[in-house]
Amino acid sequence: MLQFDTLTLAQGAFRLTADWQAQKGARIALIGPSGAGKSTLLAAIGGFLRPTQGRILWDGQDLTPQDPGARPVTTLFQDQNLFPHLTIAQNLGLGVSPSLRLTPADHARIEAALEQTGLSGFGPRKPAALSGGQQSRAALARALLRDKPLLLLDEPFAALGPALKGEMLGLVTALADRTGATVLMVTHDPQDALRFAPLTCLVANGVAHPPQPTAALLDNPPPALAAYLG
Amino acid sequence: MADRALSLSAAGLAAALFALLLAPLVALGLSFDGLTLGAAEAAALRFTLWQAMLSALISVGLAVPVARALARRRFRGRGVLISTLGAPFILPVIVAVLGLLAVFGRAGWVNSSLGALGLPEFTIYGLQGVVLAHVFFNMPLAVRMVLQGWQAIPAERFRLAQSLGFSPADTLRHLEWPMLRAVLPGAALVIFVICLTSFAVALTLGGGPRATTIELAIYQALRFDFDLPTAARLALLQFALCAAAYLLATRLTLPSSFGAGQGRAGGPPAPGGWRRGVDAVAIALAGLFIALPLLAVVLAGLPGLGDLPVQVWQAAGRSLAVAGASTALCISAALLLALAAARGRGWPALAATLPLAASSLVLGTGLFLLLQPYVRPSSLALPVTVVINAALALPFAFRILAPEARSLYSDYNRLSRSLGMTPWARARWVVLPRLSRPLGFAAGLVAALSMGDLGVIALFAGEAEATLPLLVQRLMGAYRMETAASAALLLVALSFALFWAFDQWGRRHAAI
Repeated sequence: MLQFDTLTLAQGAFRLTADWQAQKGARIALIGPSGAGKSTLLAAIGGFLRPTQGRILWDGQDLTPQDPGARPVTTLFQDQNLFPHLTIAQNLGLGVSPSLRLTPADHARIEAALEQTGLSGFGPRKPAALSGGQQSRAALARALLRDKPLLLLDEPFAALGPALKGEMLGLVTALADRTGATVLMVTHDPQDALRFAPLTCLVANGVAHPPQPTAALLDNPPPALAAYLG
Repeated sequence: MADRALSLSAAGLAAALFALLLAPLVALGLSFDGLTLGAAEAAALRFTLWQAMLSALISVGLAVPVARALARRRFRGRGVLISTLGAPFILPVIVAVLGLLAVFGRAGWVNSSLGALGLPEFTIYGLQGVVLAHVFFNMPLAVRMVLQGWQAIPAERFRLAQSLGFSPADTLRHLEWPMLRAVLPGAALVIFVICLTSFAVALTLGGGPRATTIELAIYQALRFDFDLPTAARLALLQFALCAAAYLLATRLTLPSSFGAGQGRAGGPPAPGGWRRGVDAVAIALAGLFIALPLLAVVLAGLPGLGDLPVQVWQAAGRSLAVAGASTALCISAALLLALAAARGRGWPALAATLPLAASSLVLGTGLFLLLQPYVRPSSLALPVTVVINAALALPFAFRILAPEARSLYSDYNRLSRSLGMTPWARARWVVLPRLSRPLGFAAGLVAALSMGDLGVIALFAGEAEATLPLLVQRLMGAYRMETAASAALLLVALSFALFWAFDQWGRRHAAI
């Protein structure tokens, strides 16, 4: 279970509070105006921003003192998810061993992850030789290898066209089904939320509101969401 | 945790740098016996300022037509010529002096031509020789700075000017003059500061009561008169000059009022007619001015290269060892400070640029005063040279690495941390591969600078510790000009080879 315990985040004059919890395996969309703090909330869960107050707990354990790499979290950032100078296989290998000391069994796992994401044979290539969609697949393949119970998507597919984005969301769904991961996904697009996330958390006016069923929320939006949706 | 280890070691390094710069100053201060300058010292101060000002003004003045010609003309070999303009930066001073002597000296090419035409002879010793050598080194630097200014004017401005029917004079007035007004003071100040600490040029082409820089006067006071109080007084004077110039340089920001352009191809318009001829002459003269002295060294040095005395090879070995050690020291320090600076802190950059306020002889004199009661200075000549060369090259290496380290941090720090990479894994898989190109380039510069350095070593070395540049200078002093020319050729070949080898290493390992 993911729990925000009277959490307050601050960056300069900006403040964001959250005080709710989500069941294991939940898929939650974070929606709201730009600058409302959606990415800030993910950065705090990922360990890149210290809360000014409150705690973030996973299965009852406080994540706040842990280093980003030690948390039960995989983040797909908006960009720079792959090291451009390492091969796709090495980029995936970092998800198995951060020092890239890989056993033959590890290599077999990497091959399997490539296959599951439709990237068979792309292991020896550099990211620049892949299309945007294939790069996203590689980042997802690494998430699969890391197999962390929390998956945070900070709009990693924003640069892709609608069809590719839909395909990626389908892949994320399949991945989450297989690993049972809890997924938080930042999005600007209510359609993404409807398609992917049974629950949606509205982030507006300095508050990350408790998640509500997506369809009901979008059908009957509170004023802040109505203003955003237009 | 890894961040803290990095910060701590960078902070320790900054403190060590501070101590390295401060300890000599304290030693100088303790030997200080009053502020009154003798007549000779006042003359050295006047000459230092006067020659630095002349060198800066002439370098910048000559650079403008050359830079303009390079900016608006396209010809075969233009790219090579522009890269060659960077070569004097890593050319050992003593080699250039030998080349300039062959071209402009008493029996040189220029004076032979002047004599044949019945014109009076040009004397290379004294003020005009010192300024000539400084212009040789710094005019190419000024050309590169001014050329950058020209290229920074967006092509759209020139297109607009052409569509409005601007004449070349209008373009100069409305587009080029504002750029020059922004760029030239900074360029002149940089060259002025470089020339303030001129030692090897003054040692070989200056001298005497009318052409002695402070740096040279420090050397003479210590080496010939063993007059420690005078040396300390002069060193503090030199430090005050450098520190003032350093502060001025950090204050002087030169905003350019040009908006950002789309980076379209095409530079300034290239007017035809007589202006074409002027540009061709400017480029040809600048090319000859740089190439002829180098050619002279090659021609004079080649015949004797086969039977160099063994002392030359020994000196070359010492120079390579010094260059290798100071490169390793300087690049490690620069990388550590650049990585710490990339985390958004200001003090690593301050620590890395602090050596700009000192000079080779100032630091050397301070260390000499500190060490000489306890050890024979010549026994520490090479280690002291390693440390001072590394410290004085640090600002350059840092400036090359810092922007790259910063973008590495902003692009990949979060990813590295979220994957839980350890400091070693990050160094091996991220930092070294991503930074190998600037690392190789910086290491090449530092190695070549250290290889050719003729500064503090002259203060400390006896017969048995001479590096190659110092040996060349001593051979010249003993009028063994042919051996000197061959040793100089070996020196310049080794310097450029070091630069090339490091730079190639960086390019080959550069991860794309």
